[in-house]
Amino acid sequence: MAIPEIDTTKCTGCGLCVSVCGRNGLVLVESHSVFVGGDECTWCGMCEAVCEHGAISCPYEIVFSEQTEADS
Amino acid sequence: MTSTEEKIRFLAGTALMKGASPDLLQEISCYVFEKTLIRSEVILTEGGEADAMYFVVEGVLKLYKTSTEGKEQIVSLMRPGDFFNEVPLLDGGAAPANVEALSGALLYGIQKTNLGIIIRRYPVITVNLLTMLAKRIRYLISLVEDLSFRSVSSRVAKILLENAPGAAAGARLTQRDMAAMAGTAREVVSRSLKYLEELGLIEMRHHQIVIRNSQGLKRLVEPDI
Repeated sequence: MAIPEIDTTKCTGCGLCVSVCGRNGLVLVESHSVFVGGDECTWCGMCEAVCEHGAISCPYEIVFSEQTEADS
Repeated sequence: MTSTEEKIRFLAGTALMKGASPDLLQEISCYVFEKTLIRSEVILTEGGEADAMYFVVEGVLKLYKTSTEGKEQIVSLMRPGDFFNEVPLLDGGAAPANVEALSGALLYGIQKTNLGIIIRRYPVITVNLLTMLAKRIRYLISLVEDLSFRSVSSRVAKILLENAPGAAAGARLTQRDMAAMAGTAREVVSRSLKYLEELGLIEMRHHQIVIRNSQGLKRLVEPDI
């Protein structure tokens, strides 16, 4: 399962992402955010939205559905 | 309960208090009251009474509007240092939007009558307030442009097609990336993706955006197809 990606060089350890995660999936370890949420992450993107430093990302892979592939 | 020194230190770091002297910060700190919120607590309701403005000291809040169908549009996220609900205090109207805590939060509030005293007495604060209101007007004007919606949805559709498997630019994209590429706010991209999903053109599946109808997306990009 994909997990949010954290750039520790950008993370300031402010903890806002930790506080907004509804699944308690993030913790601060040595002033950096670390994902500990296992399969609980719903990919709501709130951690990414709240980070002003662009340190945490929830990237999407863009794929075609089988139906679309058949159509094209 | 935070000390007066902590309040002054916090206020000194906010844009609204930029240039305020230590004496002025000391005086304003006397007007400040504290309010704590738990996650999901709504502090303001659109159309409701608004008798204080608030600084975010700790935590994150969302300011959002809700349509008659119950759809939510986040207007902005507010982080430590931001303030909100100054508009109804200035024009005497109701709260213009809903505000909900996304985490536990600590706020500093200033009652309407006290804000009136501050802005009448201290031009340095009044000018800061006007500057910030001007910035917000610029942001809201751009948001209004973007929420003329079809254009943003078509831009997001184009980005999805350009980054689909086999496309030259194929890549994994965050909503922040898409917002930068579409020249809009992340909140607008989020709404556009929901709109495209409602149309049955895509499906949001955890970390994947599944294109279910590429022809439909192409028609949004170029309506003549």
